[in-house]
Amino acid sequence: MEATSLRFRERAAGALENAQLQTALAGIKVGWQAGRARAAARLPEFEQLRDLGKAIKDHTLAHLDLYLEAFEARVVEQGGKVHWARDAAEARGIVLELCRAAGARSVTKSKSMIAEEIGLNAWLEANGLRVVETDLGEYIIQLRREPPSHLVGPAVHLTKDQISDLFVEHHGGPRIEEPAALVGEARRILRQRYLEADVGITGANFLIAETGSAVTVTNEGNAELTQGLPRTHIVIASLEKVIPTVEDAFTLLRLLGRSATGQEFSAYTTFVTGPKRPGDLDGPEAFHVVLLDNGRSAMVGTAFREMLRCIRCGACMNHCPVYLAAGGHAYGWVYVGPMGSVLTPQFIGIEQGYPLPNASTFCGRCEEVCPVRIPLPRLMRLWREEQFRKALVPPTARWGLRLWGALARRPFLYRLTARWAARALRLLARGRGRLAAAPLAGGWTGTRDLPAPQGGTFMDQWRRRRR
Amino acid sequence: MTDRPRVALFVTCLVDLFRPSVGFAAVRLLEAAGCDVSVPRAQTCCGQPAFNSGDRPTTEALARGLVAAFAGFDYIVAPSGSCAGMLRRHLPELFEDDPVMHERVVELAARCWELTSFLTDVRGMTAVDAELAGRVTYHDSCSGLRELKVREQPRRLLGSVRGLELVELAESEVCCGFGGTFCVKYPEISTRMVSNKAANATASGADLLLAGDLGCLMNIAGRLKRLGSPLQVRHVAEVLAGELQAPPIAEAG
Amino acid sequence: MSEARAAILARLRRSLPRSADEQAAAEATVHERLAAPAPNLLPARGQLDRDGRVRLFTDMARAVAAEVELLDELEAVPAAVATYLRRHNLPQRIVVAPDPLLDLARWEGQPLLRVRRGDAEPDDAVGVTLASTGIAETGTLLLTSAPERPTLLAFLPETSIVVVFADEIDGAYEQSWARLRAALGTPPRSVNLITGPSRTGDIAQQIELGAHGPRRLLVLVVDRSPPLDD
Repeated sequence: MEATSLRFRERAAGALENAQLQTALAGIKVGWQAGRARAAARLPEFEQLRDLGKAIKDHTLAHLDLYLEAFEARVVEQGGKVHWARDAAEARGIVLELCRAAGARSVTKSKSMIAEEIGLNAWLEANGLRVVETDLGEYIIQLRREPPSHLVGPAVHLTKDQISDLFVEHHGGPRIEEPAALVGEARRILRQRYLEADVGITGANFLIAETGSAVTVTNEGNAELTQGLPRTHIVIASLEKVIPTVEDAFTLLRLLGRSATGQEFSAYTTFVTGPKRPGDLDGPEAFHVVLLDNGRSAMVGTAFREMLRCIRCGACMNHCPVYLAAGGHAYGWVYVGPMGSVLTPQFIGIEQGYPLPNASTFCGRCEEVCPVRIPLPRLMRLWREEQFRKALVPPTARWGLRLWGALARRPFLYRLTARWAARALRLLARGRGRLAAAPLAGGWTGTRDLPAPQGGTFMDQWRRRRR
Repeated sequence: MTDRPRVALFVTCLVDLFRPSVGFAAVRLLEAAGCDVSVPRAQTCCGQPAFNSGDRPTTEALARGLVAAFAGFDYIVAPSGSCAGMLRRHLPELFEDDPVMHERVVELAARCWELTSFLTDVRGMTAVDAELAGRVTYHDSCSGLRELKVREQPRRLLGSVRGLELVELAESEVCCGFGGTFCVKYPEISTRMVSNKAANATASGADLLLAGDLGCLMNIAGRLKRLGSPLQVRHVAEVLAGELQAPPIAEAG
Repeated sequence: MSEARAAILARLRRSLPRSADEQAAAEATVHERLAAPAPNLLPARGQLDRDGRVRLFTDMARAVAAEVELLDELEAVPAAVATYLRRHNLPQRIVVAPDPLLDLARWEGQPLLRVRRGDAEPDDAVGVTLASTGIAETGTLLLTSAPERPTLLAFLPETSIVVVFADEIDGAYEQSWARLRAALGTPPRSVNLITGPSRTGDIAQQIELGAHGPRRLLVLVVDRSPPLDD
């Protein structure tokens, strides 16, 4: 998908004016945010599990080549096949080839961020396949031709009324208002699609090196129908999804549901290992895993390695005041919220992703709730350093910073400047204690007053009063 | 260490320029806690504007200045969780690849404290000699709260102020939208955040809002005053020290 | 192997430089970890005696909208199924996993109940199958695929009924998996952990049951395990 991250500020401003979106976003606070707090409080070992989760991921990333080889060997032993893709185009090509080899006309998909990352749907459709998203949220945004606005709830930006309208438009029939009935209608329509599908494509929350299994987590049960009904199952996952053992998966799974939605455990967690076995009455005849690199093998060697711990729970965005104001689409690409602000520039370049690492007050709530303790503010700051080094910072900001830096390095000049600034602002305030406007401060004074200095600087007053 | 530790007050830029009364309140509290207080003239800024803008060379240069300015003191105390957090948490990570400087900034970091945390956690202060009749609410500034775990310390001290009734602020742990240069880079989002804060503050029923960081306080007060709110805003040190002669933030004397 | 594979692994190794000694140590570490998987942490919550585990399992499953009934023995299953179907106004027609253990239930004792044995067809409204284990920690069922236990029985029908023996309810997921590993070596094709019926919050964050999988889940916990035969 084409990145529109450069328009972050403009789109965020638009989002703030969108009452429907704001209603939808407000739900996250009472729902997932409060839910995570409750779930974490109910499990005394939660903080310890976070440490363990981090350690598992760190260990795996430090041995990623070896675990990937082990994973591949186990998949092959179980009768499956692993395909390696260096970039998005290679991955799309592999999936299309597999679909063609299966003689496929119709494909069902359960939620996969990797598929979004490589623009899989559009590619398969352009090549004559019918692709149907089965996660209800993904299905909704597929009908709307929109990217997801949230990792876990791709359609979280929409209200019930918008979905009612959408279903009338696409399904025909009378307008349905009740959420239960809307879910029922989607169930009825998608059920037919499952049965027609020749290939089922799923993502994976984890790949297990010990067993060659792919793990999917859903609440709807759509992954199981997607992989269980068609003749061919294709798993598409990025390199860092691999972890050593089933036990490691359970440690991370205990974190995932609680961090994402506040659930003790998601409704369905499935470990699938290879194709249908002799005598099995159901299951696919072919099992393929497409492993996507797309820059990750290089990332492992940088400070951004920590980002590869991410388990895609969405807690960072659920707790981010910027995300909760701007919504996901303002971020302008597949990954949104704090994790997106770190990850997106990796894929679209820091030039195209310029606003994202700056769209944070560094309040630190994202890091505070991240189940695998990714230092998201620190990683955003690393991007800002890169922007500064590459001279991407706008000239006024750059020169302002340079001037300020030159003063701050010289205490005498700094005090002198503070003295004059205090006097000037105080004059402008004309005894009102605050300013409604001030030179170069439009960003501030557009919506808030600027408190005026009390009088002389502390340093000057202190010198007069003491010693 | 002698009975009276030598404490350097790290004034911070915003207190120096906008609200010296906070600095004097801090001095009074530190002296009440039995400290010898100095204000080193060589201090300037903790470096956050540069650090958060990705300007590493300037940040590092300022850090070297801080190490020199605060050499020889038992403690460095700032009336700000944000600036103290910069010294305590971020300087060490800044010099991870420079063993000599790393050692120095780690040593500096170990001596550096946020004011209310220093008074309670280091000096064991449990009560202040101050009085204020009114309903007060408290905003937890992000850096102090999450980087330095300042949460109970100011509340405990406020609990000892005669006549003061502390009412909790809904979403007190959510950012006010200041965020250094964020508030001017993304004014629309920042305004939404500070408006939420102002609404929660108003709903708390308090007549005075306190916090430990002047950046947040100027942001919240600036928004409240623009909205015409009568709610007053002050730095927590002013109340704890009984330094209430100066008008509240953004109000005329 | 493929060019892409070689390129990705080479790039990874450039990112993870290791000396010869370090390489040997890394390989040994990975080998050990994979050869002897061990739990990282078992939450205290589920580490109870048998009765405690059954109680916790029941409470946790009910908390996520599963219905749970406790039965003394397998022979009580058909009647419980029939009663449940009546209570929910569902047709007395079920498809039952062709598992010999479920033969012991003696379905013929419920003459009104039409029973088909096999895997699920799209039109089947009610599926009955057997879980390998239960997990008390979160009220989770663990189902394993096998010729006599088709996976989709628990996903296609709108009503899912799952039998689990009380003796098979473990405290934590890892304890169930360890037994599975000991019994089977490599895992079966599909291991499904099921915690309550299908649900979605994708419409205005309001939880609705029965998104794609079952709208209703009935768990029959059977107290007495059938005698082992050889």
